[in-house]
Amino acid sequence: MAYQKRMLLKGNEAAVYGALLAGCDCYFGYPITPASEIAQSAALLFPKLNRTFVQAESEIGAINMVIGCVAAGRRSMTASSGLGISLKQEAISYLAAYEMPAVIVDVMRGGPGLGNIAPEQADYFQVVKGGGHGSYRCLVFTPNSVQEMCDMTFQAFTMAEKYRMPAYVLTDGVIGQMMESVELPSAVKYDYDPEWKMGNIINGEANCISSIYMEPNDLEELNKKLQAKYKLIEEVEQSVEEFSVDDAEIVMVAYGISSRVAQGALEQLRAEGIKVGLIRPKMVFPFPKNSLNNAVKRGVKKFLCVELSAGQLIEDVRLAIECQRPVELCNRMGGNLLTCDDVCAAVRKMI
Amino acid sequence: MAVKKFRIRITADECKGCGRCLTVCPKKLISRGRELNIQGYYAAVVENPEGCIGCGSCFYQCPEPGAITIFEEE
Amino acid sequence: MSEKVKFGRSPVFFETFNRRPGPIKKNMHYCPGCGHGILHKLIAEAVDHFGIQKNTKFISPVGCAVFAYYYFNFGNISVPHGRAPAVATGVARANPEDYVISYQGDGDLAAIGFNEFLQAANRGENITVFFVNNSNYGMTGGQMAPTTLPGQKTTTSPYGRNPLTEGYPTPVCEIVNALTAPVYIERVALTTPARVAAAKRAVYKGIQNLKERKGFSLIEVVSPCPVNLKMSAEQVNEFIEKQMMNYFPLGVIRDKTAETEGRPLPAPVVRESADVEKILLTEKRSDSVAADFRNTSSMFDKELRVKIGGFGGQGILSLGVMLANMGMLRNFNVSWMPSYGPEQRGGSACCSVIVSRKMIPSPILESGIDLMIATTQTALEKYLPGLKEDGILIYDSSAVKLPELPAAMRTYGVDAIEIAATKLGSSKCANSVLMGVLAAVLAANGLNEADQADFDRAFAEAVEEKFGKKPGAVEMNVKAYEAGKAASLK
Repeated sequence: MAYQKRMLLKGNEAAVYGALLAGCDCYFGYPITPASEIAQSAALLFPKLNRTFVQAESEIGAINMVIGCVAAGRRSMTASSGLGISLKQEAISYLAAYEMPAVIVDVMRGGPGLGNIAPEQADYFQVVKGGGHGSYRCLVFTPNSVQEMCDMTFQAFTMAEKYRMPAYVLTDGVIGQMMESVELPSAVKYDYDPEWKMGNIINGEANCISSIYMEPNDLEELNKKLQAKYKLIEEVEQSVEEFSVDDAEIVMVAYGISSRVAQGALEQLRAEGIKVGLIRPKMVFPFPKNSLNNAVKRGVKKFLCVELSAGQLIEDVRLAIECQRPVELCNRMGGNLLTCDDVCAAVRKMI
Repeated sequence: MAVKKFRIRITADECKGCGRCLTVCPKKLISRGRELNIQGYYAAVVENPEGCIGCGSCFYQCPEPGAITIFEEE
Repeated sequence: MSEKVKFGRSPVFFETFNRRPGPIKKNMHYCPGCGHGILHKLIAEAVDHFGIQKNTKFISPVGCAVFAYYYFNFGNISVPHGRAPAVATGVARANPEDYVISYQGDGDLAAIGFNEFLQAANRGENITVFFVNNSNYGMTGGQMAPTTLPGQKTTTSPYGRNPLTEGYPTPVCEIVNALTAPVYIERVALTTPARVAAAKRAVYKGIQNLKERKGFSLIEVVSPCPVNLKMSAEQVNEFIEKQMMNYFPLGVIRDKTAETEGRPLPAPVVRESADVEKILLTEKRSDSVAADFRNTSSMFDKELRVKIGGFGGQGILSLGVMLANMGMLRNFNVSWMPSYGPEQRGGSACCSVIVSRKMIPSPILESGIDLMIATTQTALEKYLPGLKEDGILIYDSSAVKLPELPAAMRTYGVDAIEIAATKLGSSKCANSVLMGVLAAVLAANGLNEADQADFDRAFAEAVEEKFGKKPGAVEMNVKAYEAGKAASLK
């Protein structure tokens, strides 16, 4: 039987399809604009496959249910937006310390505070830098299309399990709310049964999952192990899309909706004969340091960070290239969007 | 039918000397010891282990899993 | 003459507590005389008695029992402070065949985690909660707990708990008794042998309820904390009996176990790829065009930017989705972007649709709009500045009064809602009327004959996809579309 795999979906809905096709068993969530369609689609679709949807009492409840589900050896996810992600941070730190995989979708909205529900990209720090207590990282995918919302949510499960750590799908209100056509991937048949799950008999003892290391030396060992894992990920998992970087003098760096605006600007500017390129991180942890440094080596004179935050991404760009080139900022905040014209003007000013 | 016989054993090194067992023994068989155990507690001691009637009160008062064992003769 | 053990170390405990750091491997970490150890023994005994050790999962809290996983030889996880019932929910939902025990102290359960606890109780999760109430925060050194008695001195209530500023002890069981879902609620105490025997019966019942999948059980255990309370074994028992029990009366508060049926295990999760796709996806369309099909009208040489604005309930958003879907069916790149949130709730509705052969940079349309459909004056005025000077404007002539417009602008007024309501009997299909109007307007503005016919087919396909399962809906929308095409335009 052939099925219709091309569908017109919202980014939020596409994330749910990606999760189900990747074999996600349980969804635990709490409604929040602009991420609510994820919970709504999950509520509709998970039960069709005898899978579990629970509307949790809170963001905190939801992420802790994810902990329980993953500890029991099942694939699980949750989704939210800025404020909700703030509330989840404690549990995400636990997930990192447990070395347990989980997928968290963050559809960013305006902050700080209650802010508003319009698209922003100001969760970058809290998602990419750890966010909760302790020295930990999460894998961070940054889709910029509905197709990628599906594909990257799918991929997030695989990579989270490969490295046994939480993975974010970090996007914004535009990508979450917009509809585009999506080609769905094939469903994976899975016999997922991690040996580290709670209660598995290891050396004759029922396994326990814990993040407590009372001896400082033991906790330092865990930290070293985590850092070694993150270093390996930085070496082998950088993921990026480059546009016209080879001969570029100015390279824009942008992810999510900003990268699409930058791509539009790039076409306009190239038509004017301006040598501009674009580096679009598909993941921001690991950060695409190689791509940026290769651009430096190829003679890029300046970088322009295009982001919907007060200069968060820009810090990582500067660090990645160790300030060898000037990095300027083109941004809007508070839920205002950048237009192609805004970005073009910023690039023209740099010439 | 023969009368069942019981015996209490207190493993001194597993006792924390809280004294809960002392208060409940209907036969007053248990008392506070005078020697410090490996953990630094005055472990409870049984003067007359065979006087036990097997009620289990001391076992269920004791917070430690194996400090008190009660045997039944067969 | 041989001997057998009548009362002794439970086989559910590890023989040696290897997870416990330091040289002491047979004892628990609890202070002398602590009730946790007694309750641990009762739980171990009950789990052994009912033969459910293999599938028992234990949620270790934050508090004195944080290290419970040192002792029990069954699945265990140590979780964030207060979140044990949420984690237990996750485990129980993920693995319905598991027997999940959530174990919490008074700070963990009744303070920082009261919400998670009450919500799990209210959902009637299939878990048993053991709640150790010892009137203080033991682990952190005897601070005030929700269960601390009025006047009781602790390290954070050095002058005694003052009910005027700190309230009264939290009656957890009585609060839970206000909920419908829980099947069993009992409060017990660990003082005299008779009390401990009652506690044992309660623990057995809680574990039996797990085994029989009866739902949510709560056993509150009023428990001695002699070290933090600076009391002897006798004194702490007296404190519990004479003082704590005034606020925490013992006994069965609810027992619906007899009349509650065990829950059946849920149907197994669908995992096989073929089954997943069969359930999740629809059958492949046979009438779609080939992958290399291209509409030939020159208007599609560049991206087509469409803004649709009106009032919630007029089908504005679905009109946009329909248009985007038609574009997708004809191999265009399409994007559809709604206004969302309060603006939507406030009554107005708006969406942007871009149809393009190339990558669509941003789905947001504020300027350079080629075609606009406005059904309210507000929408018209809000989005008109973004419409190109030679753009196309379709408007509802009964609701919109046109302001002065650039000469090159092409305007088409139609009373779509009126047509839908009077001729078709439902204003619900006003958007299909508008789609018909759009077909006519495009035909008048450069859509070639082949593409005009294809527009009709694409609409029919999109309607079939959306309403195929609703009897009569396809016919009504096609009729509305035809009415829109035939409508006289101003």
